[in-house]
Amino acid sequence: MNHHIVSPEVHEHHTQEQESMKMLGFWIFLVTDVILFGTLFATYVVLVHNTAGGPDGKELFELPGIVAETFILLTSSFTSGIAVLQMQAKKVNGMIFWLIITALLGLSFIYLEISEFVKMVHEGATISTSAFLSAFFTLVGTHGVHVSVGIGWVIALMIQLKKYGITTVTKRKITNFSLYWHFLDVVWIFLFTVVYLIGVM
Amino acid sequence: MLDKIKDFAADFFVTGDPLIYGADVSIVLVTIAIVFVLTYFKKWGWLWREWLTTVDHKRIGIMYLIASLLMLFRGGVDALLMRTQLALPDIPFLKAEHYNEIFTTHGTIMILFMAMPMMFALFNMVVPLQIGARDVAYPFLNALSFWLFFLGAMLLNLSFVIGGSPNAGWLSYPPLSELSGSPGVGQNFYIWGIQISGIGSLATGINFLVTILKMRAPGMKLMKMPLFTWSVFSTCVTIIFAFPILTITLALLFIDRYFGAHFFTMDGGGMPMMYINLIWMWGHPEVYIVILPAFGIFSEIVATFSKKTIFGYKSMVFAMMIISILSFFTWVHHFFTMGSSADVNAFFAISTMAIAIPTGVKVFNWLFTMFRGRITIKQPMLWTLGFIPCFLIGGATGVMLAVAPADFQYHNSYFLIAHFHQVLIGGVVFGYLAGMYYWWPKLFGFKLDEKIGTWAFWLWNIGFYVCFLPQYWLGLDGMTRRVYTYSWDTGWASLNFISTIGAFLMGAGFILQVWQIVYSIRKGERDTTGDPWDGRTLEWSIPSPPAHYNFAVTPDGSHMDAWWHVKQQLKAGIKPPKQELEPIHMPKNSAVPIVMSTFWFIAGFGFTFGWNWMGISGLIGVIVCLFVRSFTYDVDYYIPVDEVKKTEAKMGRAI
Repeated sequence: MNHHIVSPEVHEHHTQEQESMKMLGFWIFLVTDVILFGTLFATYVVLVHNTAGGPDGKELFELPGIVAETFILLTSSFTSGIAVLQMQAKKVNGMIFWLIITALLGLSFIYLEISEFVKMVHEGATISTSAFLSAFFTLVGTHGVHVSVGIGWVIALMIQLKKYGITTVTKRKITNFSLYWHFLDVVWIFLFTVVYLIGVM
Repeated sequence: MLDKIKDFAADFFVTGDPLIYGADVSIVLVTIAIVFVLTYFKKWGWLWREWLTTVDHKRIGIMYLIASLLMLFRGGVDALLMRTQLALPDIPFLKAEHYNEIFTTHGTIMILFMAMPMMFALFNMVVPLQIGARDVAYPFLNALSFWLFFLGAMLLNLSFVIGGSPNAGWLSYPPLSELSGSPGVGQNFYIWGIQISGIGSLATGINFLVTILKMRAPGMKLMKMPLFTWSVFSTCVTIIFAFPILTITLALLFIDRYFGAHFFTMDGGGMPMMYINLIWMWGHPEVYIVILPAFGIFSEIVATFSKKTIFGYKSMVFAMMIISILSFFTWVHHFFTMGSSADVNAFFAISTMAIAIPTGVKVFNWLFTMFRGRITIKQPMLWTLGFIPCFLIGGATGVMLAVAPADFQYHNSYFLIAHFHQVLIGGVVFGYLAGMYYWWPKLFGFKLDEKIGTWAFWLWNIGFYVCFLPQYWLGLDGMTRRVYTYSWDTGWASLNFISTIGAFLMGAGFILQVWQIVYSIRKGERDTTGDPWDGRTLEWSIPSPPAHYNFAVTPDGSHMDAWWHVKQQLKAGIKPPKQELEPIHMPKNSAVPIVMSTFWFIAGFGFTFGWNWMGISGLIGVIVCLFVRSFTYDVDYYIPVDEVKKTEAKMGRAI
């Protein structure tokens, strides 16, 4: 490292400046993600009645499983919040513990979602059955991909936390991750309402 | 076994056309030549260290510029092939299928792989310098954006010789672009090429928005920013709202083609019209994305070459922001004839026409800036002056097209072709060329030759009118777009012939510009002052080409036209306060952007051909790169004060 030519304080100042910029960039990235999901929602709403003789949401969706998924994801959002509180209390191990819980909840969410998809496919409701199902699988699947990416991301972050502890950089990374995770929760609430609740009505 | 390989090769490589054999030969020859030169002069290490892994925004800008000029050549050749085919009736030069491929790649390349990168070239070359910053907000991401664009563009270009080009038009309307309409791989090339480079464009939008918001020199309030920076700001906002829509639209089309989904198909409940709405929700803002920076460039140039502060600064800023908002409320004018109700058409007709108002404000402001200015006409100003009449005609025909009932006459005719080339060449290309001429000495340290440039300007400008004015009449005469041949009894022959002459004049203009660059590298006027045009903004306050840290000391941005202010102060005998040098914080180079983009390329190529093993390995490579970067903590270094002093002294500046 070629940092010896400036004092640690100066270097820390530069790092903090950059980290705050990265936070802003991440917020703007989330704006683009909002538009991404907005476009998928619009597509779904337009195509929801185009079932082309195939099954519709009323026949396919089983609320108990979906409600379980919802509770699991909401809880994981809560546990990721506890992890951030632990970070502010400077407790690395507590943080990692709550992040592991978050990742496990995320994994069980994904497991339930995939089993739901598999069940639908076995009932003959595939992505190529109708425009409605194309839109359904793509919209819900995109959210699922986001959650999976989040799980991979948080695993990488936990290793870094173990290695470097709570620094300006890891702090920013965890804050961004929890922002992302809460965002996915918000998207899920819209999914739950627009796709499942209205779907079974 | 041998038969199998033969079958595969016959399927894989595009064959049977002399043009394609020519392309094959030239690709091989150019590759051999590049490899030979780099090996002979032992330049591989230099290329890797100084360019391929660089995170310096100025170098990234230069690479964008080179790539976009190459793409201008490629897209231009497509244009000339089309015009040759249409020069006279019944010419058997191109087959219908080949003609379809060429107009598709011409449009795609010109908008996405020529205009966009040339715009990003100017962003990178100018914005940090203009706001007194040493870098962009995310230098690593910036390099990644470039390589994503570059490899995405290469993927699309590869389709010409491997597998076959897309042929469903530059926006790929379904059902033509569906598997039923385009069963080959061409459409997959289109989807992946644009998707990969589109991620880069979105990242650039975020990057420069944050750069402008967070990295301005002390004292530079938003309303003190140079107008080019303002134009980049409004463009970035538009990119951030428009590009995610493109990402989704292309992804849905790919899901249709690859997984047999029914978003846009004619059966299974799909809606082709849904695609057309989505693609234009991105596509219309996209044309404002490329024109807004041109407006910024003209504002800088007009002020500099009239020796006056820009007239109506605030109204200029306001106009640009209004345009970027209105751009999202016009998309339906692309399909007035496709069955919307009269109320819907009326809404979009009015919102489209409304854009003429802020645009008109800008044109008047430029004219008022020139009024009673001390105007000097150099290359940048020449192109600016060429732009104004061109854009006025283009704007007027745009308003004609915006009249929904009248559009039933113009729709999909050559009138439309003439209109959008008028605004895109007259506005975007002339604008970016003006910007290139204006900032060239800053980035390279020498001016481009005036005399050759003036010849090139006139060839472009005259060629432009000769090419596109006849097309207005052809359109009114009933010639529709996308026809590959016509017969004598249509009466379109003479106007088409004139139009083709114009296209070749523009081609000659481009060749002269290439010569201009080659000539100027050896004999161009050197810029020793760093301020060759007597400029007004901060980029002219440092030597040309700038040191890789840009500013040795952070400049003061608290005055409008900050550098002009300093020069006036100096003339009045007031020296700026002396500032102490400090070690400069800089980002380290990284190989991850080029490697990660290469994996994207591999993934795109794999999915294009339906080879899942290759596509998935590409994606795994991408993920590995993300992890590698996430675990890299040693990303920066400091330039010591002594080294800064040495560098500045070498450039003739005592600090």
